[in-house]
Amino acid sequence: MAKPPVLYGLMAEFETPEQVIEAARRARDEGYRRMDAYSPFAVEGLPELVMPSTHKVRLPTMVLCGGLTGTLTGLVLEAYPNVIGYPMDIGGKPNFSWPSFIPIMFELTILFSALTAVFGMIMLNDLPKPYHPVFNAPRFDLASRDRFFLCIERLDPKFDFDRTKDFLIGLNPVDVTEVES
Amino acid sequence: MDPAENDKLTSTAVVETDEVLAPGHTYRSVSDRVSDMVLTWPVGYRWAAGLALALGLLFVLNVALGWVFTIGVGVWGINIPVGWGFAITNFVWWIGIGHAGTLISAFLLLMRQKWRTSINRFAEAMTIFAVACAGLFPLAHMGRPWLFYWMLPYPDTMGVWPQFRSPLVWDVFAVSTYLTVSLLFWYTGLLPDLATLRDRAKKRVTKMIYGIIALGWRGSAEHWSRYETCSLLLAGLSTPLVVSVHTVVSFDFTIAVIPGWHSTIFPPYFVAGAIYSGFAMVLTLAIPLRKYYHLEDFITMKHLDFMGKVMLATGLVVAYSYIMEAFMAFYSGNPYDRYMMMNRMTGPYAKVFWTLIFCNLIGPQVLWISKIRRNPWFLFAISLVVQTGMWLERFVIIVTSLHRDFLPSSWGMFYPTRWDWMTFLGTLGLFFTLFYLFIRFMPMIAIHELRDLVHKTEHEKAPAH
Repeated sequence: MAKPPVLYGLMAEFETPEQVIEAARRARDEGYRRMDAYSPFAVEGLPELVMPSTHKVRLPTMVLCGGLTGTLTGLVLEAYPNVIGYPMDIGGKPNFSWPSFIPIMFELTILFSALTAVFGMIMLNDLPKPYHPVFNAPRFDLASRDRFFLCIERLDPKFDFDRTKDFLIGLNPVDVTEVES
Repeated sequence: MDPAENDKLTSTAVVETDEVLAPGHTYRSVSDRVSDMVLTWPVGYRWAAGLALALGLLFVLNVALGWVFTIGVGVWGINIPVGWGFAITNFVWWIGIGHAGTLISAFLLLMRQKWRTSINRFAEAMTIFAVACAGLFPLAHMGRPWLFYWMLPYPDTMGVWPQFRSPLVWDVFAVSTYLTVSLLFWYTGLLPDLATLRDRAKKRVTKMIYGIIALGWRGSAEHWSRYETCSLLLAGLSTPLVVSVHTVVSFDFTIAVIPGWHSTIFPPYFVAGAIYSGFAMVLTLAIPLRKYYHLEDFITMKHLDFMGKVMLATGLVVAYSYIMEAFMAFYSGNPYDRYMMMNRMTGPYAKVFWTLIFCNLIGPQVLWISKIRRNPWFLFAISLVVQTGMWLERFVIIVTSLHRDFLPSSWGMFYPTRWDWMTFLGTLGLFFTLFYLFIRFMPMIAIHELRDLVHKTEHEKAPAH
């Protein structure tokens, strides 16, 4: 038996980035917190207005930790074999000749940082996620082309179907649609 | 879409522009224009012919490498004293070409240069394919490529470990890191564009394939925020990386005591040379692309002009290095260095040396003339000249230094065999096969960055509030 569709939220469509920024600001002033905006390119100032500040794990901090792990890995990976594992006298140089370890330490720092940056970004963004309710919105394919969307979610404490819908219509959008989850 | 806009997109009349993006474009027009090349354009006979030619050369590579692996590296012209020959020349040449792609996508992003937008995607693809070609040569040159994993530090039953004081081991790490980071950077850039392709695809299979690799990207503000941070971090990481990779490649030479190699000028000189040949390759690819795919709106005269200027500037650094190298050989008073330089200029490889000087130093000076920088076919010809010159440079550095070092009794000559030539031409086949497939199946221009460029250009034109 098919379940009756459950509402995920209400979505308004805009034509320019300025309009969606203005809409997000008004929604924020109105007291809405659980909302997200969707745009075909990074719109400056938009994330600060819609991003819930509760789960801000900082990507740069993670990348720094990844990078330092890389540096240390490089040092241990080179020092162990050349000092303990398989020491060799090369021109009377000390076994622990650290300056010659720098290039690989540097490369591994970059490698670990880059891997952390990309996989950290994907993980924090909760991707891969092939299904998401917003894809149910009929015109949502335009979010990767030329339209800007603001979606207020049903789980927002201030969400009230009629009042929220009126509020969104008041923002002068191209269209307001119901998004099923 | 209104008819006027449609006319503009399908018209074949070329209107050259001096902006970084031709005027009149909207978010929709740039998105549709670039994604249509993948989704709706029919397979052209020129593309098919190009791919067929590239596949033919790839076949040549398979034959050549098959023979090298069956018989051994002796089928090449290498022997003592010239043990490096074509294989290492080609390795350095290919890896140098890759450097321009990373520089365009990373360094120019940090510098907030708007002209990188429409050239960075295919330049990054060029980087990955060039590094793939480069990587083949050290592997094939090892003689026993099935034991390549001996270069990696792992606890083996023989109790033997790599020697980390050797630049050849540094190279393993530098090149593999470079390939990995370039791939990551390229894929990160592609992510929002793959979502565009997913949303615009009509066929279910196409939709599913792009959908899977787009990871469910939906352009949420929160996603974009982390995405921008990630791109910026990758750019900041790739910029020193690209400098380090060719520096490490130059260490393969400078750490040795061979006259002509043992020089402190090598790292900056190699990096400048890499960018020089890399920008030449970007032009070699960009000029036919803009013509046959009618991309004059995106890859404009301004792009060609700027790339010509970068080539001129890096070419001058290379010229300075050549002059310094010759000066130091004489000024040092070291008889071996002096002999090496005299031998380069007047010895058995003198013709190669003077061709290189013409290709890298004298020919490209025409780039001072702005009319030439704005003439695509002239620029295309110069880009080929520079690439030839840079290949010859590596050949001269390797062969003329090795073939006559300290003891005249151990002197010798290097002559390439047909297997040398087949391996080299074969990697061109590998490179162009990958590139032809890329321009057919992936958006060759960064769509989301073009939309951003449309937005920023509109803002600049709007009157101040």
